[in-house]
Amino acid sequence: MQLHYLTAHQLHDMLVSKQISAEELTRAVFDRIEQVEEKIRAYVTLTQERALNYARLVDKARLAGEALPLMAGIPVAIKDNMCTKGVRTTCASKILYNYIPPYNATVIERLNEARTVMVGKTNLDEFAMGSSCENSAFFTTCNPWDTNRVPGGSSGGSAAAVAAGETILALGSDTGGSIRQPASFCGVVGMKPTYGAVSRYGLVAYASSLDQIGPFARDVTDCAMLLNVICGHDPLDSTSVPYDVPDYTAFLTGDVKGVKIGVPREYMGEGIDPAVKEVIKKAIDVYTGLGVVVEETTLPHTEYALPAYYLIAPAEASSNLARYDGVRYGYRAKDAGDLVDMFMQTRSEGFGAEVKRRIMLGTYALSAGYYDAYYNKALKVRTLIKTDFDRAFEQFDLLLGPTAPVTSFKRGEKVDDPLQMYMVDICTLAVNLAGIPAISIPAGIVDNLPVGLQLIGRPFGEGDILRAAHAFEQNTDYHCKLPE
Amino acid sequence: MAQYEAVIGLEVHVELKTNTKIFCHSGTEFGADPNHHVCPVCLGLPGVLPVVNKKVVEHAIKAGLALNCQIAAFSKFDRKNYYYPDLPKNYQISQYDLPIAEHGCLEINVNGADKRIGITRVHMEEDAGKLVHQGTISTTPYSLVDYNRTGVPLIEIVSEPDMRSADEAVAYLEKLKAIIQYTGVSDCKMQEGSLRCDANISVRPVGQAELGTKAEIKNMNSFKALHKAVSYEIERQIEVLEDGEKVVQETRTWDEAQGETLSMRSKEEAHDYRYFPDPDLAPMVIARDWVEEIRAGLPELPDERRERFVSAYSLPEYDATVLTGTRELADYYEQCVELYNNPKLVSNWVMGDLARMMNISGQEIKNVRISPAQLAKMLELLDNGTISGKIAKTVFEEMFNTGKDPGQVIEEKELVQISDAGLIDKVVVEVIAANPKSVEDYRAGKEKAIGFLVGQVMKLTKGKANPGLVNELLKIKLDK
Ligand SMILES: [Zn+2]
Repeated sequence: MQLHYLTAHQLHDMLVSKQISAEELTRAVFDRIEQVEEKIRAYVTLTQERALNYARLVDKARLAGEALPLMAGIPVAIKDNMCTKGVRTTCASKILYNYIPPYNATVIERLNEARTVMVGKTNLDEFAMGSSCENSAFFTTCNPWDTNRVPGGSSGGSAAAVAAGETILALGSDTGGSIRQPASFCGVVGMKPTYGAVSRYGLVAYASSLDQIGPFARDVTDCAMLLNVICGHDPLDSTSVPYDVPDYTAFLTGDVKGVKIGVPREYMGEGIDPAVKEVIKKAIDVYTGLGVVVEETTLPHTEYALPAYYLIAPAEASSNLARYDGVRYGYRAKDAGDLVDMFMQTRSEGFGAEVKRRIMLGTYALSAGYYDAYYNKALKVRTLIKTDFDRAFEQFDLLLGPTAPVTSFKRGEKVDDPLQMYMVDICTLAVNLAGIPAISIPAGIVDNLPVGLQLIGRPFGEGDILRAAHAFEQNTDYHCKLPE
Repeated sequence: MAQYEAVIGLEVHVELKTNTKIFCHSGTEFGADPNHHVCPVCLGLPGVLPVVNKKVVEHAIKAGLALNCQIAAFSKFDRKNYYYPDLPKNYQISQYDLPIAEHGCLEINVNGADKRIGITRVHMEEDAGKLVHQGTISTTPYSLVDYNRTGVPLIEIVSEPDMRSADEAVAYLEKLKAIIQYTGVSDCKMQEGSLRCDANISVRPVGQAELGTKAEIKNMNSFKALHKAVSYEIERQIEVLEDGEKVVQETRTWDEAQGETLSMRSKEEAHDYRYFPDPDLAPMVIARDWVEEIRAGLPELPDERRERFVSAYSLPEYDATVLTGTRELADYYEQCVELYNNPKLVSNWVMGDLARMMNISGQEIKNVRISPAQLAKMLELLDNGTISGKIAKTVFEEMFNTGKDPGQVIEEKELVQISDAGLIDKVVVEVIAANPKSVEDYRAGKEKAIGFLVGQVMKLTKGKANPGLVNELLKIKLDK
């Protein structure tokens, strides 16, 4: 029995029945890490001692007969852009290589209250800017399905860790597809909740109006369970929405009869790999077989999502990343002559090429004389994209399409062509601009590489998405496929 | 030579009086150890988010209403981006195109003429920290940063370019300060930096409608400095124009020691702040009933109170203006009048001896040790003849310095007026016996000689004899 490849809900049952202890489970995960991490390189920092201590405390509490939360003792990996008190939080950037936060992100507090066990901090594209993990300042994470290929990004470390059995669950963040696209590439479940559903407090900001934390899991049930832990209003985040968080596992009934799903033709057009399209068509057949009404629809402004995203996100990033100047924490250039010198050298040496590219792009977009032509116009496009979705949801309960136009590509294949790299996110970007929820679930294998199916829902319609995703899972076995 | 006219607008920063900062729970108390009032949020650590302090919005609305502004129904925060080590995020959260309040005004009176000065806008923002240098900024080997003030709430009040002289600028700032102080949203202490003022100044030939090129003057730390700097800058710009040159659009700093304004940076060097809406703070919908609730809670403001002082206490306009200059002084006066119902006499004492003693000791009304009740008590004692007018001044000084009750001072210093005719008569007899020459003069018709004799009696009684009684008794004896 390979504990490291079980789901959280299976492990929960075993923990409760005392078939295994949390310490055993944690050791199993670290044994697996020992075994494969050299090849995968999912983690920037491992917190083994801390994890074992947490696990032992859970075991002790259980033996003492204490009532424990559902997720107690379950290992979770954290993307290294969420602040963990006392544990280095680098954003995979040289500029924060030594930064140890004095506080926990709200999601970390919630995971702690749920008595989960943090395994470590996972690799990402520097400051979550990228689609392949190749922009990490430290190293590139490999796709467990083919180590010559990328795990996707920016939450590639979390996706790879779940896929490789180096954790049971993980958290990622999704600004333009950074959870869903790596989930698709690594053959796991990944969900971007509605903007405002999960607190961003303690998530190191890339693009504040788009960033959202979400779960990685092996199946939809685990995804729903983790969502139950992290969702909910946080007074420390003004953009978090006060709403009654339902029990998301209650939506997993298997019954999707009469549900109306739209397939935007823009997500099935040119630029989508025909093999990926085939997988999606088969998924549509599965749904039709379950009594779902599937029809073609349109999101007419989809083609403008990418240019709008690459103005809004960099604009916010240029301001969000201004604080990394060497004055208070993180990397500081040595031998700088004066203050301006110190600022410039620190930032020149501390940031990688993609981060600098986006800071420059964003600075330009906000500059006097260009603001209206770029940033302001992008905001207008954003409104049009939202309206596209609003219209579609008047007719449909959910939208369906591929998560990414392609399967995982080879390392190095797109690093010299930023635009090609940006195109990998064309199916996911619009969802962030609209602030709505979406999931990627395993829906097929092409040439031994997983393909993700994306389901998009109404604001705070996570339950509906999970119900449909779960029904698909009940009638297919792609989520059970493991990399070799 | 052409006649020139100055055009002046002021930008005033006022620190709001709140227990906690604008976007976090750190304290705001002035004078703490460096970097004592800080937390991850105001230090701008990675991952933190601002949450607006509702009290700040309430205070800003209150100030806006007191300045006759319209309160926005929809307002938002924006980021002002620039790099400086006292700004931990390298952007300041401020308000750009949708400020909390707009289109207000206040009335000033200069040389007897009333004038209305427009207020363009009132907006909220966070303060920056403080750099500490060894010596000067240009020679210090390193600088230290104190982030205590980072995130302290401010409002910026921007006037219309409606002022035409240094006197008007000072009158505007004085009135603005009084109004803000009345609302209680700020202490407005220029020395502690809770009231800061920049001036935009241009000059143009009289009759020209078009505005001249303006310079922005910074670093004026007192009303005196404002007056001097504005006067200097007007003169400087007139001279530039008279020399046939052009005024350069630039930022200048007031050098108090040299008594002149110096160029800091030109328009070309000005920052591009790249304002954009702060995505971390949701836009604010300001409920109308909340605004009305705040309006209903506004205290009586300086103009209303001055008018009431004139009508209710029959005070001269001048007295009413001085007494309502600050809320504390007006409160002090009214508390005193309530206990001692002679408004003009109280006014004389408050504006006279009290103001003089405050001036000498450099104290503010709220720190004065003599309470309104004590002053009222003293005036009663003066009224009923326990002390004379002259002694009252001595008693008052002692009360001011020690905070003691008038009765205690009078007792301790044995200052009770002697009104016992028997006692005074004994002294009168003594004085008459000892000064035969003066007695003779008086009886010979030199009535003035009685003054000397009264003086002698007062001297022997250490000034405590009731002067009226002394006069009376002397006359009785001399006229025999
Ligand atoms: Zn703070």
